[in-house]
This record gives sequence, structure tokens and C-alpha cells, in this order.
Amino acid sequence: MRLTTKTATLLALVALIALAPLFFPSAFYYRVGALIFVNGLAVTGIVILTGWAGQISLGHAGFAGIGAYACALAPVHLGLHPALAILLGAGVSAVLAWLVGRPILRLKGYYLGVASLGMGILISMVLNNERDLTRGPDGIDVPDLGLRAALKTAGLDLSNGEFWYALCGIVLVLGAWLALNLHDSPTGRALRALHGSEVAARTVGMDVPRLKLQAFVISAVYASVSGSLLALQNRFITPDVAGFMHSVEMVTMAVLGGVGSVAGAIFGAAVLTLLPQMLTVFAEYEQLVLGLVMVLVMIFLREGVVPSILRKLRGTGE
Amino acid sequence: MTLLSIEGLGITFGGIAAVKDVSFSVRPGEIVSVIGPNGAGKTTLFNMISGVYRPGSGRVVLNGEDVTAMSPHLLARRGMCRTFQNLQVFQSMTVLENTIAGYHLQESGPVLADLLHLPASRRRARAAEQGARELLRRVGLERAAEREAGSLSYGSLKRLEIARAMALQPRVLLLDEPAAGCNAVETEEIDHLIAEIAASGVAILLVEHDMKMVMRISNHIVVLDHGEKIAEGDPATVSRNPAVIAAYLGAEHAAG
Ligand SMILES: Nc1ncnc2c1ncn2[C@@H]1O[C@H](COP(=O)(O)OP(=O)(O)OP(=O)(O)O)[C@@H](O)[C@H]1O
Ligand SMILES: [Mg+2]
Repeated sequence: MRLTTKTATLLALVALIALAPLFFPSAFYYRVGALIFVNGLAVTGIVILTGWAGQISLGHAGFAGIGAYACALAPVHLGLHPALAILLGAGVSAVLAWLVGRPILRLKGYYLGVASLGMGILISMVLNNERDLTRGPDGIDVPDLGLRAALKTAGLDLSNGEFWYALCGIVLVLGAWLALNLHDSPTGRALRALHGSEVAARTVGMDVPRLKLQAFVISAVYASVSGSLLALQNRFITPDVAGFMHSVEMVTMAVLGGVGSVAGAIFGAAVLTLLPQMLTVFAEYEQLVLGLVMVLVMIFLREGVVPSILRKLRGTGE
Repeated sequence: MTLLSIEGLGITFGGIAAVKDVSFSVRPGEIVSVIGPNGAGKTTLFNMISGVYRPGSGRVVLNGEDVTAMSPHLLARRGMCRTFQNLQVFQSMTVLENTIAGYHLQESGPVLADLLHLPASRRRARAAEQGARELLRRVGLERAAEREAGSLSYGSLKRLEIARAMALQPRVLLLDEPAAGCNAVETEEIDHLIAEIAASGVAILLVEHDMKMVMRISNHIVVLDHGEKIAEGDPATVSRNPAVIAAYLGAEHAAG
């Protein structure tokens, strides 16, 4: 029996997440793993928006910022449980994406890139400047999610690293599952169709601006949840989470692995999360490396690493 | 009974009239062909009728409703669909998916149901897939169903576009050179297919350069030259019209 891409991707992902800890040289790698999963989640949203719907966002970190600061602020100011703050952040991100996307996506062309760039910068500015609320560039503490303690009383005693590795891994699998469901669903098909030919998509009855908007809102929610998980596991967050570099990082991760494929995007997230952890020099030249990766992929592997390799394998296999 | 009526449609590009004051009408089950030399304005006319271009003047009336410059996706809801002279297939999707896309209006539902893979979403998708496979069989592409559309020959892609348009079960179907790039056998198949669709009551508006095909299957022919309608009538009348012979058939003879 031939595995569908969906089943194969999910099985591989679950197996990797479950088995990787057997090879961890130190407990530190639980943390690296959790960071990979958090980035992988945001990049999965980019796959839906850019890989399938063909729309470019240069401000997705803004939504990660909203998700992160919702978890920092809502428990303190609104008395909301941090878990509910994740949902609040996702809701706010969705509404903002809708408000920004609705007028912009009626226009033809790549205006979303410019508009989202502006939106991202604006969010970043607010987080930096509203010191009374956000404490500005120095960052702000984030409350404990409380789930680890609850698990402990229930008899499951995980270290902090193990807990976040498991939780982020589960959320990533869930996010991948939703995205893969979407891919082969009527909506996913319509997104990929309008990417292929907008005029043909319209003549078969697709409401192109509305579909693009749906993709933008969904991907904003992915970025927001990713930001929330980052804030909650670090117990601390700075406005960098919403910065332009973080937006570029998301797009580069997606493009490196393969912006059309969920597996590829997660692979890209893994590579670009691991590199700076393994090579300290990388941190200094991060921007240079991101740019270089982008250029090299565009020249040599247009579809990204994973789809290119899969195509080669299939080509020789048949 | 008129299903589609074109009333004084015109458009200019950079001050030059590409189509000027063109009127005619189409009834259900009728095949109306629009012919004319290269650059006569046939595709431009289609683009205006199908809402891709906003007409500079005139009206498009579909089933009694003024649908001038209405967005193509709303026209699709009202039963109008088209194919393209310069192929517009979804290249990186499979042939089957391309055809299923034609069922969009029937298969689309709440995006949440799609994300969660709910039974309702699966049911809609499955029904669309069944219909699509049946249509691919009708246009002779069932064996290519799982192939990436971009890998198909030109003639096959033409038929794929027809299948995708048929998926909408349109009341009015605009076909822009459906047989271009097809061999004699394929052309005859497309010919039969068009006649079959018309026989089921669909109004067909056809642009085609293959004169034998046009003369054989059209009920009515509209002749454009330099954006203007220079003649119209049944095939026999039009082919005897001196202006038509001069503008179109003459040009073809000269070229051949
Ligand atoms: N978007 C546009 N902008 C400028 N000029 C255009 C545009 N679309 C069409 N035209 C012009 O309008 C005229 C009619 O073109 P059209 O494509 O409608 O001809 P046609 O009858 O379909 O020709 P063919 O038989 O070659 O397909 C041409 O002179 C063309 O250059
Ligand atoms: Mg044309």
C-alpha cells in the first residue's frame, strides 16, 4: 500500500520527535528540540500562506509578538489563565490579520508583502515603546503555564526541558495535521489553484480575495501560537520576537526546506534553529547566512531541499 | 428565448478600439461561433463577457440580469464558465485536482471543517472527485488523472480545461480555441464533445480557427474584423458573405 504524503509526514514527524531524545548528548537538547518545534509551527503557517496560496508576508513575526505578549500580559492584567492567553493571542492575531488582509488582498499583486511589513514594524514599535505596559526593549517576565505542576500531581514528573519538548512536539504534530488536512481539502485545493492561475480560479467560482484572506488569517494563528509557546517556555520575552529579522527567519526556513511542503518547512526550521546552536560564529553572521541560504536555494533548489530530494528519489525509483 | 445577450459591447486599449459596439445573443442549446482574423478582438470580447475585463461600453445580460463587469466568480455562480486560448491550468496540481477544482462551488464549505478533516468536508470532496473522474473519462484523460498537469501535451491540456469548465455544469460555456494545437482525431473528439454539451441545453459561445469545425457545428456565426461585427448569420449565409470572404476567408487563403 502506498502511504499518502499526509500519513507519511505525520508518522515520520511523530517517530522523530519520540526517538530523537535517545540520541541527545545532553539535556540541553530538549530545549533545542522545543525551539525547533516552535519555529516549525510558525513555518507551517508560512507553507499555507506562501507555499499554497502564493502570498508573501514579511511581518509574520508581528503575530508571534502578539501571541507572546498575550501570554505575558493577559494573565497579569486580565487575570486570564496562560493557556487561555494563548487563545486570546490567537484571536487577536486572527482579527488583526483579517483587518489588514481584507482591503489589501482585494488588490492584485504583492501588496500583502508591503502591508504586512508595515504591520510587523508597527507591532514591534508598540512593543518597544509602550514601556508602561510592555516594559519596552528590556523584555518582560511571563507567568508559568502551570501544566507541568499539574502533570506532576497527576503522577507524571517531567523536567522542564522534557515538558516543553513534549508539549511543543505535540502542538507541532497537531499543527502539521491541520495543515495536511487543509492541503487535500476543498479549501486547500482552491488555495493551490489560485496560486497556479488566478484568472482560472475565478472563472471556476473561487472567491480569490476571500481565500487568500483565509490563508493569511490561518497562518497568523500559527505564528501567534508559536510566539505564545516561545514566551511560555522561556518565561521571558523581548520585542525581538516581533522583529523584522524574525519574520525573515520564518520565510527563509520555509524556503530552505521547501515552501510547498510541510515536511520540508519543518526540516528548514530544524536546520536554521540548529545551526546557531552548534556554531556560535553563526550567531554573529546570522543575517548574512540567512541571505546566503535564500539566494542559494533560489538558484539551485527552487522548490526547497526536501521536495527537490523527494523528486530525485521518485525519479530514480520509477 | 435568449439566455445571454451582448449589447453594444466595446473596449479601448490606449485609445485604440479593440472591440467596438458588438451585439448578438445566444439561446440555450445553441452553438454561436465568433470568428475573425488574428487580432480581431475575439478573446477580448470573451474577456469582457466573462468579467475578466471591464467593458468600456455596452451591457452583458445573462438570463435577464445585467451582469456587465461582474466578477468571474459571481458569474460562475450564475452558470457562466469559460476556457482560455492561452492555457490557464493549475500546472503543479494533478489532472484530477484540476478537474475537481471545477467543482469548487459544490465542494467548498466552512474552512474549519476542512482543517479538521470532518466527515462533511470529506463527503463533499469525495463527491467532487467522483464527478471529476467521470468527466476525465468523457474527455479521454482518465489515465492521466494522477499526473501533474504541467506534464501533459497541449492538446490534452485543452481537453482538461474543457473538463474543468464542464464540472461547473454551466448554462453558458465560452470556449476560446478549444481545438487549437490538437490533431485531427482530437479535434473531432472535441467537436463531438461540444455538440454533446450543447445538446444537453448549454448555450455555447465558441472561438475557433478551424473553419471546417466551425461550419459543421455552429448554429450561428458572428464575424469580427478590427473589433467590429461585419456579418452574422447561419454558416451558409456567412460563408457566402463577400465582406467575410475578403476579411477572413480571403486572408486565410492568401496565407495558405
Ligand atoms: N490587455 C490588453 N492591452 C492592450 N491591448 C490589448 C489587450 N488585450 C487585447 N489587446 C489588443 O486587442 C486586439 C484584439 O486582441 P484579441 O486577443 O482579442 O484578438 P483575437 O481575435 O483573440 O486574436 P487571435 O485570433 O490571435 O486570438 C489586439 O490588437 C490586441 O493587441
Ligand atoms: Mg484570441
